[in-house]
Amino acid sequence: MKKLLLLTLPFLLSVAAVASGAIEGEIEKQPLNISAIVMFLVFVAGTLGITYWAAKRTKTAKDFYTAGGGITGFQNGLAIAGDYMSAASFLGISGLVYLAGYDGLIYSIGFLVGWPVILFLVSERLRNLGKYTFADVAAYRLKQTPIRTLAALGSIATVILYLIAQMVGAGKLIQLLFGLPYELAVVLVGTLMILYVTFGGMLATTWVQIIKAVLLLSGATFMALAVMSHFGFSLEAMFAKAVEVHPKHQAIMAPGGLVSDPVSAISLGIALMFGTAGLPHILMRFFTVADAKEARKSVFFATGFIGYFYILTFIIGFGAIIMVLNNPEYIDHAKAMVNGAAPILGGKNMAAIHLAHAVGGNFFLGFISAVAFATILAVVSGLTLAGASAISHDLYANVFRRGSVDEAQEMKVSKIATVILGIITIFLGIAFEKQNIAFVVGLAFAIAASANFPVLFLSMFWKNLTTRGAVIGGSLGLATAVLLVILGPIVWVQIFGNAEAIFPYKYPALFSVTVAFIGIWFFSITDKSADAQKEREAFEAQDIRSQTGIGAEGASSH
Amino acid sequence: MTKEQIEHVRNNPKYQKLVKERSKFAWTLSIIMLVVYYAFILTIAFDPSALGTKMGDGVMTIGIPIGIAIIIIAFALTGVYVKRANSEFDELSRQVKEELKDIA
Repeated sequence: MKKLLLLTLPFLLSVAAVASGAIEGEIEKQPLNISAIVMFLVFVAGTLGITYWAAKRTKTAKDFYTAGGGITGFQNGLAIAGDYMSAASFLGISGLVYLAGYDGLIYSIGFLVGWPVILFLVSERLRNLGKYTFADVAAYRLKQTPIRTLAALGSIATVILYLIAQMVGAGKLIQLLFGLPYELAVVLVGTLMILYVTFGGMLATTWVQIIKAVLLLSGATFMALAVMSHFGFSLEAMFAKAVEVHPKHQAIMAPGGLVSDPVSAISLGIALMFGTAGLPHILMRFFTVADAKEARKSVFFATGFIGYFYILTFIIGFGAIIMVLNNPEYIDHAKAMVNGAAPILGGKNMAAIHLAHAVGGNFFLGFISAVAFATILAVVSGLTLAGASAISHDLYANVFRRGSVDEAQEMKVSKIATVILGIITIFLGIAFEKQNIAFVVGLAFAIAASANFPVLFLSMFWKNLTTRGAVIGGSLGLATAVLLVILGPIVWVQIFGNAEAIFPYKYPALFSVTVAFIGIWFFSITDKSADAQKEREAFEAQDIRSQTGIGAEGASSH
Repeated sequence: MTKEQIEHVRNNPKYQKLVKERSKFAWTLSIIMLVVYYAFILTIAFDPSALGTKMGDGVMTIGIPIGIAIIIIAFALTGVYVKRANSEFDELSRQVKEELKDIA
């Protein structure tokens, strides 16, 4: 067991690095990068223009939460891809390929395979049953107050954890790319995100995601083509050169022992697959389209774009091995003197950024840096909107006011919630600058997989689910996920400094998801109350709506 | 929905066909995806060198095309589902809704 753990440790650490999106370790501030700043300002000006345009079209609560439900499947597919392709996947995965070759592909695949399953089992039912948030679906035939409270807590926890990781990553990345101070970078990202969301709502957020997705996909395509053209578009020639220059040689063409323990492998798979299907900002995107047909198309396009993007990052990582690895221009000479090894400037997550310079000079470096910044902005905006909706629609309108609230009031609360969430995020971003945040995204995925997903899934598929089962089981899943992360290797050993972890795996999903499902099942079937009986009887009407869309929310007319 | 409407939809053979076929199709595709993914992950966990087997005289290993193929399979499966759902299933569900209107 010990040996297995030792073998898995590098795997877990690199997953953490990829997942957190943080540029780990010391960051040396770079000189001001003028072309990057100019391109970034163009992006900011453009998106603020869109926000102004969107603000004029955002009048009702439906406009604010779902862009009026009038986004097309293709647009939503791009926006979902924009939500999902964070700076962490772009820089982290290409950096991992640069460092270890094939292992980078293993992550990409893990992040992708949840999407088809979301399409087959979740997306259209969600669209047919919900209005603004996934709690609408979970609470459809159950008691509003307890279910919405649980769903909102799960959403807010997921959103805040994710935001911390994005903010810290953003601060460090911007410091490195643009030469701006960390605090300024965090305040800038927080302020822009508040502006997009409060004024432009879902419409502005969607278009920021779409533009960012197009920029990122174009930039990555250009880089991959530039790399391939060096080798006459022969993969074999590219791989041969990479194997020749990489210190690990042929080993980069095979799994490198990063996944060596089946329990961790399966647990990670469950966290990624079910976690993706429990992320509130992703689930919310399904309410922005007109009907189930468009919801399905969204996932089809999203899966295509995300899969294509991961293939590009794989080529980009190999390109970096060839063009960055032994190029004295990108070597951190100061560190090389100390360690003897030759690390690249800014660490392995900068591999794609240096490659951008190698293939396209300063101008393209500026472009890719601006795209990386835009990527972070888009992701945090989506997250903030999902968090604000959980506060205003679930907690305020349906729990606190019991559903009797006028739209204008609910929207006002949404906007206040956005501003407060934004300010909290800025403070947390600054507070966590020097903290080890490697556990944060793992925890967000674990909570999404263990609390949000089981309740949502069973509410749609299992007739016998009752409020009592959902609340107790969902809470148990949430508590187990949090507890196991605290007792696990990252928090217990690396942060608290204990010698050995009480819970040996970094990914608790296999255990916490099981606890949630068993808890929900047990406390539902033993629930003999009259209310529980009514909830079971209400399943049929819900199921008919979820299957056919009879009575589903439509798009608004304008 | 009223009790009568629920009763009507439930007894509509088209609705029964829709539910049965879509559910079978969706679960089949989900299981294909899960089997493909977990076969890959467990191969890596138990026998990582298998994916490092060379394909010819060069450096290419079978792991590369297999990995890329899984990405393409994931996308292809979504395409297969969307094609059938957006035509056949949506048509059935449209007819179910239509017939419900007739009785109302």
